[in-house]
Order: sequence, then C-alpha cells, then structure tokens
Amino acid sequence: MTNTAISVSDLSKKYEDRLAVSHINFEVPLGTVCGFVGPNGSGKTTTMRMLLGLITPTTGQGHILGEPIEHPEKYLSRVGAMIEGPAFYPALSGYENLMVLAKLGGFPIERVQQLLDKVGLGDRGKSKFKTYSLGMKQRLGIAAALLPEPKLLMLDEPTNGLDPEGIQEVRALLRDLANEGTTVFVSSHLLSELEIISDYIVMLRKGEIVFAGPIGELMAKQQPTIIAKSLKKSDLKRIVEIAEAAGHHAVIRDDSVHVLADMKWAAVLNEAAFEAGITLAQLAPQLPNLEETFFEMTGDK
Amino acid sequence: MLNVVKAELRKLRRPTLFFGTIGAALFFTSLITTFIYRMIDSPEGNGDRGRVITREILGLASGSVNGFASVGWFLGIIALCVFAAQTGQEYTYGTLRNLLVRQPSRIKILIGKLFSMIVFTLIMITLALFVNIAISYILAPSAKVDTNLWFTADGLQAISTTYVNVTISVIGYGIVGMILGLLLRSPIIAISFGVLWLLIIEQSLILVKESLQNWFPGSQLSAIASGGTLFLTYKHALTVGGLYVTVGAIIASILFVRRDVAN
Repeated sequence: MTNTAISVSDLSKKYEDRLAVSHINFEVPLGTVCGFVGPNGSGKTTTMRMLLGLITPTTGQGHILGEPIEHPEKYLSRVGAMIEGPAFYPALSGYENLMVLAKLGGFPIERVQQLLDKVGLGDRGKSKFKTYSLGMKQRLGIAAALLPEPKLLMLDEPTNGLDPEGIQEVRALLRDLANEGTTVFVSSHLLSELEIISDYIVMLRKGEIVFAGPIGELMAKQQPTIIAKSLKKSDLKRIVEIAEAAGHHAVIRDDSVHVLADMKWAAVLNEAAFEAGITLAQLAPQLPNLEETFFEMTGDK
Repeated sequence: MLNVVKAELRKLRRPTLFFGTIGAALFFTSLITTFIYRMIDSPEGNGDRGRVITREILGLASGSVNGFASVGWFLGIIALCVFAAQTGQEYTYGTLRNLLVRQPSRIKILIGKLFSMIVFTLIMITLALFVNIAISYILAPSAKVDTNLWFTADGLQAISTTYVNVTISVIGYGIVGMILGLLLRSPIIAISFGVLWLLIIEQSLILVKESLQNWFPGSQLSAIASGGTLFLTYKHALTVGGLYVTVGAIIASILFVRRDVAN
C-alpha cells in the first residue's frame, strides 16, 4: 500500500520545439490538500492532463494511487477531475449532464441529485447548462468530479468565476473532503487562495519545479521581515543605516523600512532607534506570504 | 461498453435532437413518397433526376418500398450530420476529456458511440419505412397502382431486403460523418465538408465525367440503398463503399486512440 497519491519522476512533455513540462519530480502524500501553483502557462494543466492519461508524456514516469499513468484504467475509477474549467453539453441540463457521466462511469444515479444539492445547484439542476453563470458552471464541474466518491480529487482552477462566498464554500468543501481522507490536488494561479487551504505545495514555473513539499517547510525557509515606520519621514534613512550597521539588509518601501532580520531583532532595533532619537510609529514583524515566497524563489516580480 | 452506449443514448434522446431529426426524416420520406404517387403521370418524371417510376413498377412486389429506397440517400445525409455532430461536438465543447476520465478506453468510447448512434438510426429508418408504406398504401388507389403483390411473400421479402439495404447505406453515411467528426474535430466543419462533397462536388464531377460514379463514396452508398442502379451493381457498390468506410474508420480510430486530448 503506497503512501503517496501522486508520484512523478522525470516527467516531461514536449510540443514540437516547446518544452511545456521539463523533467519534473514530486510526490503528494495521501490525505493532504496539495496546492499546485504557478503562473498561467507554467505547465500545470499539461501536467494534470498527463496524470489523467489524456496526453502522453514525452519522458518520465508517474504513479497515481500506486498505479502507473500508462494505465489510467487502473486508477481513474477512484479519481475525480475537472481540467481546464467545466466542459458540458450546453443543450442538456445540469442534471442530464451529470447523468451522462454517472451512466458512463457506472455510478449510482442517486448521487446526481445529492451532488447537485451539495454544490448548491439543487434548485437549478433542471436548467440547461448554457443558461448557467460561470460560477454555476464551476460548481457543476466540481459535482462531476465528485461523482466517483474519489480517493484523489484533481481540480484545475476550481474557483475561477466564483464570488467570494462561492470561493469560501469551495475551500470549506475541499477541507472537508481532505478530512474525510480524500487527497485533493488543486491548481491555481492565485497563490493566496491556496495558501489558506493547502498542507502541501508544488510550485511550477516555466515547466520546472521550483518547490515541492509541506507548506510549513517552505514558509520556514523564508526570512521574516521587520517593518519599521518612523514618525518623521526624514528618519527612515537613519533606520536603514542602523539596520545595515548591524549587518541586516534594509530598504525603504511605501514610507516604511523593510529589514530582513529575525523577529527577535525588532526589540534591538526599537532600542537603537530610541537611543538615536527616532520615534517609531510602527514596528511589526511580517512573515512573507506564499505569493512573495514564490516571487522570491523564482526571481520574478 | 454498455455504460458508454447508455450515456450516449442519454444525449441522443434530447427532445430537440430526437424529434427534430426523426421529424425531418419522416417529413422528407412523406414528401418523396407523395411525389412518386401524385406525379405518376407527369411528363417531367416522378423520381429523382427526372426518372419515371411507372404504375407497373410500383405494382411489383417491391412497389411498397420504392419511395423508401429513393429516400435512402436523404436518410443517409441526416445520419451523416447526426454522427458528425455527436462526434465533433466532444472536441468543440471540450467534453471529450470528461468522457475519457470516466472511460479511459478510447476504443470503448468510439464503439459505444457508434452503437448508440446505430440504435438512433435504426429507429429513424424503421419509422421512415412504416411511414413510406402507409403513405404508399393510402395514395396507391388514387394513382391507380395495383397493391395486390405488396404484401405477398415476395412483397415482404422485398420490404426486408430494401430495409437491410437502406440500413447498410444509412449507417455507411453515418460512419463517414463520424470519421469526418473525428478527423476535423468540429461538427460544423465536418457536416459542411460531408454535405458539400456528397451533394455538390461529387455530383458536379459525375456530371463532367460519368464513370467517376464507379468510385466516389456517395454514389456507392446511394446505390446500396437502392439495391444497385443501372450504372452500379449492388455488389460493386457494397465492395467499394465498404472499402471506403472500413479504411476511413481504421485511420480515424488509430488517430483517435493515439492523439493527445489537448482541448
């Protein structure tokens, strides 16, 4: 019995002369919520397509729930997926669309109405898909992915088009599923969104892995910042000098000084500023968020 | 496989598609059959391309299904459109990836789709047959056509033979539509290409050089429905038409199985 829901080794996909995914390696433990992050065009969807057997990798191997990706028939009955947004037949109702997939997968048809209720479409199930808003389409896509009661749920940008309330509901749904033992592999280009729900992070940039591991491990690697604001703007330069004299990198940004230093050093800075006759209006430690971490690791801005 | 057929039938039974398609098939069956009987004395002919179908021909054992055989090519065009639309739409809507996630065997998807569309086609052909016989029977007395031989053993044999021929032909047209849908990955392009070729390009080329009808796919499929024509024997049409459909189906299936699903 494997402990990993997804394991990928040296996986690549080349389209003519363009390497969409380049020799990536990562593992996703069972029962976690794993955020698959990266900017648009970084190779997230291509990777997901390879994992679902929709496209053939150029090189490398992958395993889903212990089965090789060359044989999707061995694992897809335990996998739910929504790739590249919700795709359904516009002239069929939401209910009929799910019925097509339920019949195809041999799932109990009672699940169709249950899932429509679960994603908040219980009263719109009989409406044609083409009349749905983008948010409703996303919800139907999530319902379709949940049809097989999946051990692994793979969702590509599931909160696209959802309102803030809908985004919160999806987050809660994914967390509930993880608590029930489902592994959730969810991609997004909105890093802040995944920071909230993920236990695990796989970061992709230009087809290459930047980081893969527990989110706590990633954040622990990042140096915190101390943000200092003086009462007088003219004192900001002197605060920078104090920080640099102590060997810390410091810059002025948005009328405050950002010092790369351990949180404990905030007290030292406070004392030094006082002795220099500077009155601090604000002194706050700040941990970098996932977005800042991503940009720092990739050198992008 | 059975799950694929059930899922596909769910899509095909959509009222607009089901009643719209069957309605069109029955309307044209009625129209062509009515023309044959109402214009029986017309000097311009009562069959396709000015062909004259006489009282004597209609009074034969095969007379009850004469109109049905004539409408076979039209039922074929309808089948081509349905098969092409049902296949091509999976690409344009992006629903193919949903199907493949739920049923990774692409060959099963393809065969299941084909079976379900054949079921749909059989319903259409059977209803068209009954409508044709009913209209023929109703209009025969006023056109002074003798119906005594229609329901004899020979007459029933002629009905079943024509039904089989039209079915083979219509399914052949349908498979051509499915091949175009798979190759062109768009219902509109597949239908446009198929209809344009069969109704305009092929017919125009045959007008220029008559012998081409020995080799063009539409002529073969049309001749199968009629049980052979003056220019094309049934056996020749079945062989050449069968070759077109088989080779096309093999190429399209290989491409479907091997091609990346990137949309």
